[in-house]
This record gives sequence, structure tokens and C-alpha cells, in this order.
Amino acid sequence: MTTPTLLHGQVAVGDELAELAYPVTATTIVLGALAARDWRPMHHDKDFAVNRNGTQDIFINTPNLAAWFERYLTDWTGPYGRLQRVTFRMLGSIFPGDTMVFRGAVTEVGVDATGCAWAALDISVSVDGDTKTTCAARVALPVTADDNPWDRRGDRWTP
Amino acid sequence: MSAIGLDDIEGIIGVPLYEEVGEFPVEQGYIWTTCSSVENGNPLFWEPEVAEEVTNGPIAPPTMVSVWFRPHHWAPNRTTTGLPLQVHFDLKEGLDLPEAVMSDNTIVFHEPVRPGDRLVTHQILRSVSDEKTTKLGTGRFWVIDVEYHNQRGDLVAVESYTGFGYRRGSQEVGA
Repeated sequence: MTTPTLLHGQVAVGDELAELAYPVTATTIVLGALAARDWRPMHHDKDFAVNRNGTQDIFINTPNLAAWFERYLTDWTGPYGRLQRVTFRMLGSIFPGDTMVFRGAVTEVGVDATGCAWAALDISVSVDGDTKTTCAARVALPVTADDNPWDRRGDRWTP
Repeated sequence: MSAIGLDDIEGIIGVPLYEEVGEFPVEQGYIWTTCSSVENGNPLFWEPEVAEEVTNGPIAPPTMVSVWFRPHHWAPNRTTTGLPLQVHFDLKEGLDLPEAVMSDNTIVFHEPVRPGDRLVTHQILRSVSDEKTTKLGTGRFWVIDVEYHNQRGDLVAVESYTGFGYRRGSQEVGA
């Protein structure tokens, strides 16, 4: 392993991830929708969003928000961190002009029966203190510098 | 399959429905566009030598799994497009529940998705609850899994959706 990464032993319950604040523009939202192949107009057409959906503006689509959560997690783990599962709960929308803020904390750490080490986290994205989406995530982490969660397949990968 | 009524449920729980092959192979360009859209600098997706070291070659970000099934905005000779999560709409129709919300969405990741993969998906109804009343109205909860496999038959991901189909307080059955 030559690429820097986070090892399981360096993680403890209660650890907090560095906050990520990002100013959202219309470009952020349109780029994300098209990257996710989501052609629905409420993600690129303000007139449709306001007059048909009744929202204040176009808003970030859910698949792109998932990509934001993944980026936030792997900024923390490095490339050896391997996502096992994520659960999203959508509470509100994110619009141009918002500054979205990602926060996360480790809620549990463990090693499964196959020897795969993992950390569970609660992550959220909020705007002006209002939580817009929560994400409960579990990510596999290397135990040692010689361990690589991505090598696991079949019975050795039980996410 | 079409409208799923109460009498149909027992027979289709656990049965794969609506098998669908992605319209195009997983491609590197979309991987970069997605990473760019969220400013994801993970070297796994940008540096071939890191991808070789960590994952034996390039992979797609795991959360992109549903991207490979969104149909082109237009395609020649296409007359209809299936709704994503068709089973959800079949239940709404068959159980006469005009409104519905999704409460949770869980994705479990298995074998990595790689450029060139051609993915296949199907939907599986896992459960339908007895009738419940919430602040939204009276209806039923259901859980639908969407399973994704690659062209080698490896499971790559399972998405689980919990939906609640309901009638608002003033809505009559069959209205």
C-alpha cells in the first residue's frame, strides 16, 4: 500500500469529520443532474420548478446528493475506504444560493466475522442549520497497511 | 406485471420482476463528469496507477449504480419508457392508494462496477404491511428491492426502498 489511507485503528466512536461547506449555484445543480442522467425539469428549469412543483427554485437531485455524501466520506477515508451501505432520509431541498454544510461523526466501529473492519457514521447536510438530508453509512477500512477491503469478494464481503 | 392487488401479493413476494438491461455500458466519461460535479478528487477515479493498486483497475463510484439505468432523453423508435420502480406504481394502482411517499432509501454495495460493464436490474417486492394510519392518511407500507448484477452474474448492489401508499383522510376508496 503506497497510497495514504485511514486505518481502522485510527478511528474511534465520537470522532468527527472535518466540516465541508459548499456554496451551491444553479451550475452545481444542473451539472449534478446531468451527471446523474436525471433530465427531469425541476433540476434545470426554474420556471417549471417554481410554477409546476411549487418550489422556490431548481434543487439538487437525490442521486447527485448521494455522490456528494460519497465524496465527503472518501475525503476522510482515502481510496482504500470501501462503502458497504448507505441509508438516506430526505427532509428538504437544496437550492441555488444555499451554502450546504456536511457534517459527520463515527457512531460505531467493529470487525465482522470475516475479519473485515468497518466504521459506521451519521452524516448530514444542512443549510442555515436546517438538516436537509441524513445519511447513515458504513464503510470498510483497512486494519493494517497490507489489508485492502477492495480485495474482498464472495463470502469475504458481507456488507 | 401491471396493477398489483391484495390477492396478487403473496404470489409475487420475492419474485424478480421487470428485468432490464442498461441502455449503454458503464463509461469512464460519466464517472469523471460525476466526480467533477461534486469535486471528488479521490485518486481511485483519476489516477490509473492508484486504481491498479487499489482495485485492480478503474471502477465507478459505488453510489453511481442507478445512473447506468436512466434512459436516454430520446431514442429512435422508442414509444414508451418504463417508470423507475414500476412495482411501486403497480401497488399504488392495484391497492387503490392514490398518494405515495418514499421514506427511506438504502443501498448495499457488493462487487465494484467497472467501465465496460453492462448491468442488469430487476425489482423484487419484499413486503406489504397491513393497513396503517399515519398523519398522511391510511394505507400500507411496502419494501421494494432493486437488485443490480453485472454481465458475469455478480451482484453489484441492492437498493431498498420503503414506500407508503395512502389515501388522504377525505379520499374515498376508488375515488
